[in-house]
Amino acid sequence: MSQPVLTFTERGIYCPAGDFHIDPWRPVDRALITHGHADHARPGHGAYLATDGALPVIRHRLGEIAAEGIAYGEARQIGGAGVSFHPAGHLPGSAQIRVEVGGQVWVVSGDYKVVDDGLSEPFEPVPCHAFISECTFGLPVFTWPSQTEVAAEINAWWAANAAAGRTSMLGAYSLGKAQRLMSMLEPQGPILTHGAVEATNAVLRAQGYSLPETIQVMPDTDVKALKGALVIAPPSALGSAWARKFGPASTGFASGWMRLRGIRRRRGMDRGFVISDHADWPGLQEAIKSTGAETIYVTHGYTEIFSRWLKEQGHDAAIVPTEFGGEDGAESESTS
Amino acid sequence: MKRFARLFTEIDQTKKTTVKTKALADYFTHAPESDKLWCIALFSGRRPKRAVTTTNLREWAAERAGIPLWLLEESYPIVGDLAETIALVLPPPSQASDHSLSHWINVLRGLHDIPLEERKPRILNAWDQLDSTERFLFNKLITGGFRIGVSRKLMTRALAKATGQDEAVLAHKLMGGWTPETTSYHTLIEADDPAADQSRPYPFYLAYQLDEPPETLGPPEDWQAEWKWDGIRGQLILRDHAHHVWSRGEELMTDRFPEFARAADFLPPGTVLDGEIVAWEGTQPMPFSALQPRIGRKTVPKKLLREAPVILLAYDLLEENGTDLRDAPLCRRRARLDALLADMPAEAPVRASPLVPFADWEALAKTRAQARDFRAEGLMLKRRESPYLSGRKKGDWWKWKLDPLTVDAVMIYAQQGHGRRANLFTDFTFAVWQGNELVPFTKAYSGLTDKEFDEITAWVRKNTQQRFGPVRQVRPQHVFEIAFEGIQPSPRHKSGLALRFPRMSRWRHDKAPQEANTLDDLRALLAAYG
Ligand SMILES: [Zn+2]
Ligand SMILES: [Zn+2]
Repeated sequence: MSQPVLTFTERGIYCPAGDFHIDPWRPVDRALITHGHADHARPGHGAYLATDGALPVIRHRLGEIAAEGIAYGEARQIGGAGVSFHPAGHLPGSAQIRVEVGGQVWVVSGDYKVVDDGLSEPFEPVPCHAFISECTFGLPVFTWPSQTEVAAEINAWWAANAAAGRTSMLGAYSLGKAQRLMSMLEPQGPILTHGAVEATNAVLRAQGYSLPETIQVMPDTDVKALKGALVIAPPSALGSAWARKFGPASTGFASGWMRLRGIRRRRGMDRGFVISDHADWPGLQEAIKSTGAETIYVTHGYTEIFSRWLKEQGHDAAIVPTEFGGEDGAESESTS
Repeated sequence: MKRFARLFTEIDQTKKTTVKTKALADYFTHAPESDKLWCIALFSGRRPKRAVTTTNLREWAAERAGIPLWLLEESYPIVGDLAETIALVLPPPSQASDHSLSHWINVLRGLHDIPLEERKPRILNAWDQLDSTERFLFNKLITGGFRIGVSRKLMTRALAKATGQDEAVLAHKLMGGWTPETTSYHTLIEADDPAADQSRPYPFYLAYQLDEPPETLGPPEDWQAEWKWDGIRGQLILRDHAHHVWSRGEELMTDRFPEFARAADFLPPGTVLDGEIVAWEGTQPMPFSALQPRIGRKTVPKKLLREAPVILLAYDLLEENGTDLRDAPLCRRRARLDALLADMPAEAPVRASPLVPFADWEALAKTRAQARDFRAEGLMLKRRESPYLSGRKKGDWWKWKLDPLTVDAVMIYAQQGHGRRANLFTDFTFAVWQGNELVPFTKAYSGLTDKEFDEITAWVRKNTQQRFGPVRQVRPQHVFEIAFEGIQPSPRHKSGLALRFPRMSRWRHDKAPQEANTLDDLRALLAAYG
């Protein structure tokens, strides 16, 4: 057989024909980036290529970088490899990367979810020979309720808090989850944001994504005057001194990990809402099936269990070797 | 079941005791009597007799979920709870129903009388009518371990709130050998006959750990000191020509300790003693390791009875001639106790736990330092004027334990935790040196901060040398101080010894692995304290 389209090196996923890496974790000359989360878009690369939708956030996070944007579906030739980016449904601008060399098509999923969240460009199945899939939630215990159900649950909690004179403090990652939440909820009062969330809002709004009105909490903001507010902040901020100025509050955390009672309790918040920007167990099966791939490489999650399951289902499955974490699904808790 | 599921959710979603109490009190006000009784039973550690094995449950659930059994088995340690794992993998219910909690418990009880192959369709049918939380609770009824952040005390307080009865009176009513099968809500809670159950113990009064110097307690003459024994806390009850032995965990241990049958020869009926059950040799307790083989056994072989005979070292008298003495000050109860046990012959299974005299705190601290010579773990300090309260209350009773023993050891294996800590490495195996070899000697799970667990988890991921199933062998680099309460010989372990209550007391960043202790150091501790 000829050389594989992609290989797995100590810097990350590498394409020998095109001499580029995808989401590498160590500095390389040329990096193709699926999306702006910290475990995918790292600093220090010579040149970056990402979707036009993802690039502003990546620039915002990494500062001065040599970067180029590409439209979804736009074909680009890099050396001996044909590449294109396709929506992954993970967050606005997020992509799967398709690489074709000598008629062989491989797709790197990055992070993805198959349900349409109404804000991100919806996941698009890309037929391929080999699919490199994340499996952050690759266990049958992870199935998500519908977005409508979760939205109703959060709305009810917010309304009850507002009625009882409590602020609702919702922990969510500042890129992706925070914006998804604010757009899916039915406002029961003003939405206040932590600076980290508002900075991402500003970038996305400038790109034309439509987000509801938000008020950034500044040192001089009179938060007590904003009755019935929902505060959206990174989880780390909820436990800090910053959170104390809101007076009586109920805390919630929105993540796929909230499906597990043990983790929900470890988080120590009043409420856990099960909502994730990653595919759940049925979502993973659906995505894999829709690619028609014979070979599945799994990464980022419960790889050992998930690959065993895929093999039993008749796939040729293998684990992407990674040097740093990910293999137990634990680190991914920070990008859920 | 929906009402009970709602109660569970309300309790599970909050850390605030007041919210939990209110939710429970509401339940006790509105739920049907049979459900209330079961709710009380479940939150006081009682459950229906197990009708199906967890092996059955796993197989049926995997089949129903359309996944191989191994996949369910692999998911279980990550979720950390079998009942929850099963609830999560099952497909959504296809029927709607709202039967009561007791209905579902009756379904489970009915399984005992039918053949195994008929049990499966009933369980599947139940799963198919219950939503995810209800299923979790239903599974919990089968697997047991109903730990959902409701202590018996909190439940009793809620019940007191709902019924208007006194909390202490209720606590007493809830003690003893009842089950929902043998009583009714009315008989247990509402009927006015506190002596209904002659075997009923009093709620135990529990001490707090003294972390401040004893000088903070005030004048020493207000206090009495006793040895803190390393045995099993128990109540010995003599009423109506029968005797009963209860553990602090409210387990009836009468059959386990036949020695106490003779107590009635020396003590009058209407006597309740609180004390420590210890294995006894002539003049002093044997180490806890001698008592250990007797703990798990329902019946005791003769040989064990000879090798490790037990007695009660009594330190409190709760009932005398059928009269409840708990409101009397400790000094009075103690005087009655001493009078009662004054002329006990040597063969009696009861002795008074001696008072430890002291003139001032400084002198007492010196005495405490010798506790291990007396086979004690330290001292108990009790306020002379204190009544016998129920539960853990701050102020009058303190345990003033010896500092634990410690060794510095090297971490060699790591394993992920369960439940709350499922994503962290929290279970570690430690080793000490024997020549150039590291000999494993203990596991430890607790003692680090969340931040330290995060740090060590990241380190383990990058420094795994080999995997054995869920266990990872890691580079021997990190030294931890292991604190423990006791040490005993153990032929089952490679090191030949075992520790009691080992935990990580300090991460010794300042020590290289070569500086850890040796097996000989541990053997010296074994010789001194084992
Ligand atoms: Zn991501
Ligand atoms: Zn990721």
